[in-house]
Amino acid sequence: MPFRKIPHEVQSGQVMPRPNLSAWLYVTPLMLVLVPFFLLPTLVVLIASFFETDGFGGLLPTFTLANYIDVLTSAQTFLLYVTTLKFAILTWLFTLIIGFLVAYFLVFHVKNQLLAIGLFLICTIPFWTSNIIRMISWIPLLGKEGLVNSTLLGIGVIREPLEVLLYSGLAVVIAYVHQLTIFMVVPIFNSLARIDKRVVEAALDAGASRLDVMRYIIIPMSKSGIALGSTFVISIVMGDFFVVKVMSGGGSASVVSAFYENVGVLQYPIAAASAVLLTLVLITMIALILRVVDIRREITQ
Amino acid sequence: MTVALGEADMPMTRTRRISAVARGDRRPWTFYALAAVFILYVAALYGPMICIYILSFQDIRGGLVFPMKGHSLHWFVDLFTQVRTGDVKGSFDRSIKLAVLVTVITLVVSLMAGLAFRRRFFGDTVVFYLMIGSLVAPGLVLGLGIGLLFQWIGISPSWYTSALGAQLSWTLPFGVLVMFAVMSRFNSVWEEAARDLGATRWQTIRLVVIPVLAPGLVAVALFGFTLSYDEFARTLQTSGSLNTLPLEIWSMTLNVTSPSLYALGTVTTIVSFIIIGACIGAIIVINKRRGVRATGH
Repeated sequence: MPFRKIPHEVQSGQVMPRPNLSAWLYVTPLMLVLVPFFLLPTLVVLIASFFETDGFGGLLPTFTLANYIDVLTSAQTFLLYVTTLKFAILTWLFTLIIGFLVAYFLVFHVKNQLLAIGLFLICTIPFWTSNIIRMISWIPLLGKEGLVNSTLLGIGVIREPLEVLLYSGLAVVIAYVHQLTIFMVVPIFNSLARIDKRVVEAALDAGASRLDVMRYIIIPMSKSGIALGSTFVISIVMGDFFVVKVMSGGGSASVVSAFYENVGVLQYPIAAASAVLLTLVLITMIALILRVVDIRREITQ
Repeated sequence: MTVALGEADMPMTRTRRISAVARGDRRPWTFYALAAVFILYVAALYGPMICIYILSFQDIRGGLVFPMKGHSLHWFVDLFTQVRTGDVKGSFDRSIKLAVLVTVITLVVSLMAGLAFRRRFFGDTVVFYLMIGSLVAPGLVLGLGIGLLFQWIGISPSWYTSALGAQLSWTLPFGVLVMFAVMSRFNSVWEEAARDLGATRWQTIRLVVIPVLAPGLVAVALFGFTLSYDEFARTLQTSGSLNTLPLEIWSMTLNVTSPSLYALGTVTTIVSFIIIGACIGAIIVINKRRGVRATGH
């Protein structure tokens, strides 16, 4: 078996891939995890969404659409989606702007390669620490007697402490942006780093303004990074419940927190139906985002 | 358009190079603006975390906000001696064991999958999208599915069965994605040479592939350990009756209003930092040794 670089036409799938036994041997362990712990559980949820509950956590194997009708006709579902989508879009917008600027700075303005890698690492280290801890770390800052309020009171900008800082929609968005900007920085950094700097030089020499360079070179060529980052950010926010629960102080609920409440009272079929609906919404959103990029080629190249 | 630009640019003339240098000398105003954005971002990234580390060292009068009330290790002692805060010690122990287990499995499985994905094979797209699906699936939904599946089969969930699998469904896609990045820089000439010299398949992997990929494998281990150690959403419904550390922290977030919550945050972050430091250090040492060897010969 020759170990050569793959010709491009094979990589992009124009030639039918041959059955390859040894490759399958190598991915068997991966499949032994993905099938029982992703594929089957997903199917179980799908099946359970058509079942009835006996009210005590047991499931009666029937076929009913009642769970879906319940979920789809409830006004609460609509409100939950509006809230969750609002958080998702706001978070997406802020993480995109901050993430792009940070990545752009690191790639195009830090000339020393070693320094750029060091600064990049500084940005990524919090990703490997606890999300919950990073979330609660906003409490001493944003609370009623927190640092922000006492500072503002101290310099006389406000008379009364601001209550909207913590346990509010604002706090939820702050916590999301704090946690998820890294998911934008890394893929955008990667796609920006692949841009040939000479292309930019050539454009400038040919008389392009720096705005033109941004519009016609940098942004189009970082599209794949932006799409990947957006996929991460949106799927995490849409699937989250603990940030909403803690940072909103119970003031708002997300699709998943409502799901979890149903699980808590053993209403598995209804919970399953709302989970299936959420999955469909998520798949649609991700498919729309990924239309701009061939994710497979992007990741494996 | 960008392609055309790229081709036109290939023969770089002398004047262009000079103009590039001249331009590089004076920094545009955007440099300073973006540097300010970057500094603010890093400050916002670390600032709040540093606040809770500081606040966890208060004495017994301490509260959840500034100003600091005294200095002591009271809340750290409180964390490991008080029963009302829960079983911190036990859950810490379980989380470390689980993270080690997840790390080892993630390393082996990601390496194998990374080797397989170098060439197209029948059904590779299915495997790829299963992996991406597993990565973006909402953790709580997957947790419910795994819980129900175990209930139907008749196995009671526990941290070393269902929670282990649930965490692997999260760490493995990350591990394999990191392997993709590592593999894209792997030159298979070395592997071919080993084979030409008569090495068996296992010898090739053990003596050539693994040493060459070592820094990347350390990175995969870093992802495996830290993502498992801090995993919450997928573990919540699959860990059975015994808590892991993030679940313990979660219940404290809802109940405990003393700085012992911050103390736990400090302890768990120190563990994370030790792991991150060890991994980054290992990568630097491996690369340095290589540099020495490469110039020595």
